[in-house]
Order: sequence, then structure tokens, then C-alpha cells
Amino acid sequence: MSLIEFIVNGQRTQVEAPPMKRLLDVLREDLGLTGAKEGCGEGECGSCSVRMNGELVNSCLVPILQANGAHIQTVEGLAIDAELHPLQKAFLECGGAQCGICTPGMLMAATHLLAHNPHPTLDEIREGLAGNLCRCTGFIKIFDSVIAAAAMGGNHPHAR
Amino acid sequence: MSETPANRPATRIVGTPQIRKEGVKKALGRAKYTDDFETEGMWHGATVRSSIPRGRIRAIQYDPRIPWSEFVIVTAADIPGNNHIAMIGADQPCLVSERVNHCDEPILLLAHPNKRRLPEAVAAIYIEYNPLPAVLSIEESETQREIIWGPNSNQGNIFKQFHLEKGSIDEAWASAAHIVEGEYATGAQEHLYIENNAMIAEYSEESGLTVRGSLQCPYYVHKSLMAVFDLPAEKVRVIQVETGGAFGGKEDYPSIIASHAGLLAFKARRPVKLVYDRMEDLAATTKRHPSRTRHRTAVDRDGKLMAMEIDIALDGGAYATLSSTVLSRATLHSTGPYACPNVRITSKAWATNTVPCGAFRGFGAPQSIFAIERHMDQIARAVGLTPDEIRRRNFLHTGDTTATEQRMNEPIILDTLLERALQESDYHAKRARFAQQNPHSAIKRGLGLAAFYHGAGFTGSGERYLNSLAGIDVPANNKVRVLVANTEFGQGTGTILSQIAAEALGLSYDDIEMAPCDTSIVPNSGPTVASRTSMVVGRLIERSGGQLIAMLRKEANLAETYSASEFFAACNRYRKQHGKVESLCRYEAPPNVYWDDQKYRGEAYPTFAWAVYIAEVAVDTVTYSAEVTNLYTVQEVGRVLNPTLAAGQIEGGVAQAIGYALYEKVQLKNGHMVNNQMTNYIMPTAADVPPIQVSFEEIPFAHGAYGAKGIGELPHDGPAPAILNAIQEATGQSFRSIPLLPEDIFLRFLAHKPAEEPVTA
Repeated sequence: MSLIEFIVNGQRTQVEAPPMKRLLDVLREDLGLTGAKEGCGEGECGSCSVRMNGELVNSCLVPILQANGAHIQTVEGLAIDAELHPLQKAFLECGGAQCGICTPGMLMAATHLLAHNPHPTLDEIREGLAGNLCRCTGFIKIFDSVIAAAAMGGNHPHAR
Repeated sequence: MSETPANRPATRIVGTPQIRKEGVKKALGRAKYTDDFETEGMWHGATVRSSIPRGRIRAIQYDPRIPWSEFVIVTAADIPGNNHIAMIGADQPCLVSERVNHCDEPILLLAHPNKRRLPEAVAAIYIEYNPLPAVLSIEESETQREIIWGPNSNQGNIFKQFHLEKGSIDEAWASAAHIVEGEYATGAQEHLYIENNAMIAEYSEESGLTVRGSLQCPYYVHKSLMAVFDLPAEKVRVIQVETGGAFGGKEDYPSIIASHAGLLAFKARRPVKLVYDRMEDLAATTKRHPSRTRHRTAVDRDGKLMAMEIDIALDGGAYATLSSTVLSRATLHSTGPYACPNVRITSKAWATNTVPCGAFRGFGAPQSIFAIERHMDQIARAVGLTPDEIRRRNFLHTGDTTATEQRMNEPIILDTLLERALQESDYHAKRARFAQQNPHSAIKRGLGLAAFYHGAGFTGSGERYLNSLAGIDVPANNKVRVLVANTEFGQGTGTILSQIAAEALGLSYDDIEMAPCDTSIVPNSGPTVASRTSMVVGRLIERSGGQLIAMLRKEANLAETYSASEFFAACNRYRKQHGKVESLCRYEAPPNVYWDDQKYRGEAYPTFAWAVYIAEVAVDTVTYSAEVTNLYTVQEVGRVLNPTLAAGQIEGGVAQAIGYALYEKVQLKNGHMVNNQMTNYIMPTAADVPPIQVSFEEIPFAHGAYGAKGIGELPHDGPAPAILNAIQEATGQSFRSIPLLPEDIFLRFLAHKPAEEPVTA
């Protein structure tokens, strides 16, 4: 077992876990943050996407030891109190979420995109979300959501 | 978006883009799916599966290095009731006791408190077999050399067959100007919902068995569990929790995984969670039926259809599951939306030693529509007409009859849909331009059409047999609850039914909530399948609303016009007198809809959704990849109840169908899926989907909720044939089977250089 100290959604956090335990499992099992989902377990679907030190990662591919000392942002850290992040608002209004299982990962990928590129073109959005699979929407309304969020000022304080 | 037609009734809430009912919790990441639930003392389950496609189990060895006493082990001998899954038939065992009929068939179940101990234990159980010869394709099954299902006769291996005749087909061939023949094939397809199958079960003597999980049809699961556990209805409770995609993949399969989770919980006497990982889900759960369709068609000099002879074969896999009804829908969509006086259709669903095929969006229609719409393009070429003109000359019109002698009494506006699609895609100008540019470019571009209908609701007498019951109640918290067993799995059931309830009751959308989808609370309003929820169940909610208003006016002094608070005050008065406020309605078939199951004739569907899709493709003759560059969809789905959700259904269905056409190949080796990973079973990503244009025409259907027809399956029907038609236009090569991967294009181009001559405009 290793003692891991890291910052999750702005909160200093400690867990004791086997060093190779996946970040995804630590988030879900040890911290009760079930927003990140396991869709494939091999880094293909992106539904476990979180941000680690400002990078977008598949948390199913990150051994927890690697997250020691890291800043982790999950979907649970997007809304501030009850106020939805502009991306969350946009996903709601534009129909960017259907079954919702990819939504947490998709929101994190979109957050990451807007943090680096506040006004992406459609092609940049396509590329930015290409690691996140959605089987319901055909992605079109997700693109619309990201465009709408960018117009609302999607680079929210929490999105950094 | 669509314009408001003059004949559309004014509505306040129906027809508006209301925000998804459960949207906020999804956007916050707080929606809880099955695997997100943990309870104290819960164990985890796993499944030991067969590694051969057919044989008898000789022995089962448990590796002594595993401390088996820590595990609960369930075999077929532990099943308290029937060892079968009750679907349409009861041929599929819940667990194999002796005979294995496909790879990855469940044999044993394990549970342990620590889920990380399970993979090693599964691998430490060795099953020895006496193998039997396996039947792995339609063609092998047809030879009937090995009978793997049914009687040992010429009826062996056949799950179901239909024969349909209209007119006198044999007389048509002699006078035909052209006889066009073709064979078309479609592959299996995985649903690839992002949430794998998952179920949690618990059992106690007092309350019986409770399962909660990811599923489409709570009462299907309920029926199966009653049989497996030999329990009365009231001792079985099924609860749907948030479901991360389904597409038909959670119509029939959940009955199996729920039974397995239930058996483990029954034996362990503690809650057990059974969650598949992606590899298990891909290898072991249902797929879309592979198909082979042969067409022989007589046409006259002007391109009018004189006779259609159609032969359909579906690969059903090892057990009957839903193959009979999938075959029926395939049969009833196989002529396309065309009028033809003489038709003969024969169709069979064959048994093979592969994982059973099951429901998948479209349910047989995408297979037979692929065939007819590819075939119509071959007919156009034979006659010398453009793809649009051959269709225009043969479209069904109001008053025509279909192959089952159904007179089409509802308005049909295929001509309008076609003209609009041609216009929006700039079809003729682009087609001429591509014909000019293609000879000088390594990228060959083309446009392809598909015209089609999709029958809404259950086939034939299905809705009468279902006899659905649904409604609303008003608990003391001043909210109206919608009482249905229909499930939300992304398509928008909760939103649409809430809109309908609000409209019918004269309340606001926020006054409505969905009752928990729990068989101990909601009535059996039928399964969430067959594009029936908005049209059929929505209509029951609309009627229940009207009935409740009438009740409140009669017995609780509700005024002619009322505010929300007056409505709820009236409900409170009514509740004091009657104990509860509840209004339920039962299905009533539309008048003049009658289906003869014996003769397989009559009104196959109460109504149809109609569409014309145009695909624009670019085929790279250097990389051999085919890419869809635009997809134009024009459809008539009755009243559009929520424009955001409706467009979302079309876009999602189109993307899934692009995958069906160009990306998604289930590769079997000795009956086992070998590409059972997202790494090598490829679906379209954000980078792959083209712009998808969605246009609606609206003709309200008098017997659907506020004019609604079905919508959910329609968009899976058209893209595949439209794309392959476009590829033929672009390259001159006629590809007749899907999925069409770059390697298939490569092989064809090796054999035939791509057309150098311009494609005729």
C-alpha cells in the first residue's frame, strides 16, 4: 500500500492504496466520486476522463502512484456550489447529453479544450473531443454545446 | 427546422424544446448508474463461460490453489425454478447444464466480497468438453447437415419463416422489359452502449427477489425472473436505474444478467452486483442479426415495378430470442416504400452456433432496407433512369396497398420528402459536378439516395397482445407523476411523457415528474422498444390526463379554467374522498387496424414514419477509405414533440448507421468474437461524423400522442444503403455487403481499376 496525497477538486486528499490501483478506481471507490465512468478500461472511450495537472487523462490508465502530488479535476468539480459551469448549461440546453454516461468525460474533454482554446473552430472541437465516444448523440449536439459554451464564456474560473 | 403546418393543433408544451427531465443530474455527473451503487455487505459476481461453439460438458475442474470456500458458486443445479430465459419462447437456458451451443455461453457463476479476486478464480475453473461440429453461418445452417435447433427434419435449424404472396408473380416475368437480380448482405453489429450490462440483486424470504439495473423493459425481466425463481409476481421486483445507452441491447439481454445476479444473491443471501467489463459485454451479449437478401425484380420499360421476388435469411445465433419478430419486421420492410402489384417474399431465421442475436434499433428493417435500396439503384441503372426518378415512379401513394394488402389510408408525402432532400443536398448540380471532377481526382465523390418507411409500434397484433396500461397519479406533494414502465436511456422518454402530461393537464412542465421505474409502483405499459413510447404510451398519458380532468371536474369541483394551485387543490379534495388520485388508461387499437396472424396479412403497422436520406461520400483511391462528407435527412414522423430531442434521435441514429455501413465489423473466429475491444471494434468518433442535416415534415397521426408517430429507429434504416449507393456513384463499383471497410475497397480495386470514365449524370 502507498500513501497518496493529492488535490482533488481543490481539496487536499489522502488515500492509502496499492500503487498500481487505477486513478479511476480510487476516485470511484475510495473517494466516492462516481462521475468518472468505466466504459472500456483501455483508454479508448474517454468516459473516465479527468484533468490531472491541467492535462486531460483517461483515469483508467493512470496508476494512483503517478497521481501523487497532482491536481485532479473531475466532473464533480465543475459546478461552483449550485451554479452550473457554462458547459454544463450548454449541454443541458443544446441536448448535448442523452443517456449521460459519456457526459462527465465529455465535459472534462470540453473543459480542457476551452481552457486552451476559448473559441475553437468546429474542426478543433471535433479533434478535441475525438478521444471521447458518445453512442447516443452522433456528436452534433455536443459540438453545438461546446460552441454555445464558448459564446457564454466557457473558460470559467474552474476551467483552468 | 420544420415549419408549422396549418393542420397542427396549437399546443403550449408539446412541440417545444423542453430541457431533459433528468438533465441536471447528468450534467453534474451525479446521475447514478448501476455500477455507481455500493451497499454494505455487497458481493461481486462473475461468469464462467464456454470456450467452444458446440459440445457437451464432460467435466468441470476447480484449481485447488483457489480457496473456493470463500466463493459462492452457482450452477444450473442451483436454479430454483426453470432453467430457461422466458422470452418469446423458452429455449435458451439460464445456465448451461450439459450442452453448449455457442461460445461465451454462461455455465457457472461466482461471487466474492472482493471483485479483484474474481478474474483469477474464473480462470481457475477448467471445463472439459466433448466437442460437436459447429454451424457458424447461414449457409452452413441451410444445408441442415447438422441440426442444432428444432426438429430433425427439413424444418430443423429454422427459428421462424414467413411466406407472403400478393398478386400473381409468376406471370410477370415473361412480359418484363428488365429482370434485375441481386444479392445483398449485412453484418452483425454491436450496440456499443457506453455503459456495459450491469445488475444488482438481493433476495430475502419476506420480500423475495429485487433486481435493479441497466435495462429497457422491466416487465420482460420480471417475467423471466418469475420463471427462473419460480416466484409469484409480487415476490419479484425489478427497478430500472439510470441506463447508459441501450439501442435494443438492453431489451432482451437484461433478463439473462438479472437472472444470474439473482441466482448469486439467492445463494449468497446478500446483495450481489454483476457488472460486465467491455470485453465480456462484447463477446457475450446480443448483436444485430446478420442477413442475406436476394432480390429478383421485373420492371417495365418505364421503370415501373411489375414483380418483386424477395428471399431473406437472418442469422439468429444459437437461441430463438426475438428472431421471429425481427424476421417479421425485416419481411415487412423488404419491399421498400414502393407499390408493386405482384410480390412474393420468403424469409427464414436460421440457427447458428454463435452468440444469440437480439434486438437492435431498427429490428430487422435496416437489413432489408439496405437490400431493397441498393437494389433500386441497380434497377435504375438497368432501366437507364436516375436514382431519384426510379423511386419517384414507384413510390407508394395514399390509397395504394402494400405487400400485406394494407391499404395506406394515412397521407403519404414521399414525393415532397424526395424533392426537399434533392433540393437541400443540391443533388443534381452536385452530381453533375462530381461526374466532371472525379476522372481528374484521386478522391472520388458521389451522392446516394435511400427512401424508406419504418412501421411505428409493435408489428401486426403486437400492441393488442401487449394491452398496455399507463397513467398518472397525484401524490400529496403537489406534483403529477407519470406512471409507466417505459424507461429513459437517453432517447428522452421522461421528457416527452412529462411534456404530454403537462399539455394534457393544462399544467407546466415543472409540475410533472416521472414515477420511479419500479415494477412495484408502475403498471405494465409495455416494453421501451419498437419506436412505440411516444406514439402508443404517450397517447395513454394524453388520455389519462383528459380522464383525470374529467374526474376532477365531476367529483372535486375543478372549474372549466383553472390555475395549477386550483388543480392541486381539487386533487386534494378528490384524494380526501377517494384515498388517491390516479388515472390509468389501457391501449385501444386505432379503428380499421386489423392484422391476421394466420394469413400474415392486413395492417402490419397502424402508421409509418417516412424518410428520404441522401449521403455524400468521398472515396480516397490512395488510402481506399470511404468517408461520408454530408448526410441530408428529410423525414415525416408525425408531430415532433420536442425538436431538440427529435433531432438528437436522428443525428445519433445516423451516426450509428454510418458505423454499421463503414466501420463496425464483428469478427468471429470459431464462433468467438475476437475483436471484442473498443480498440478494434471501431465506431465513429467526433472526428468521423459528417455534418448531418435534419429536416422534418409533420403530418399528425390521429392515434398517436398529440399526433406523434415513431422516430427512434427510423434513422438507422437509411444511411447504409445511401452511403453504398453514393460509393457506387463515386467509383463505379457496386458493393453489396456491409460493413464496407477500406480493405474491402482495396481488394475490389485490385481486381478492377476504378472507373476512369465519367459517371453519367
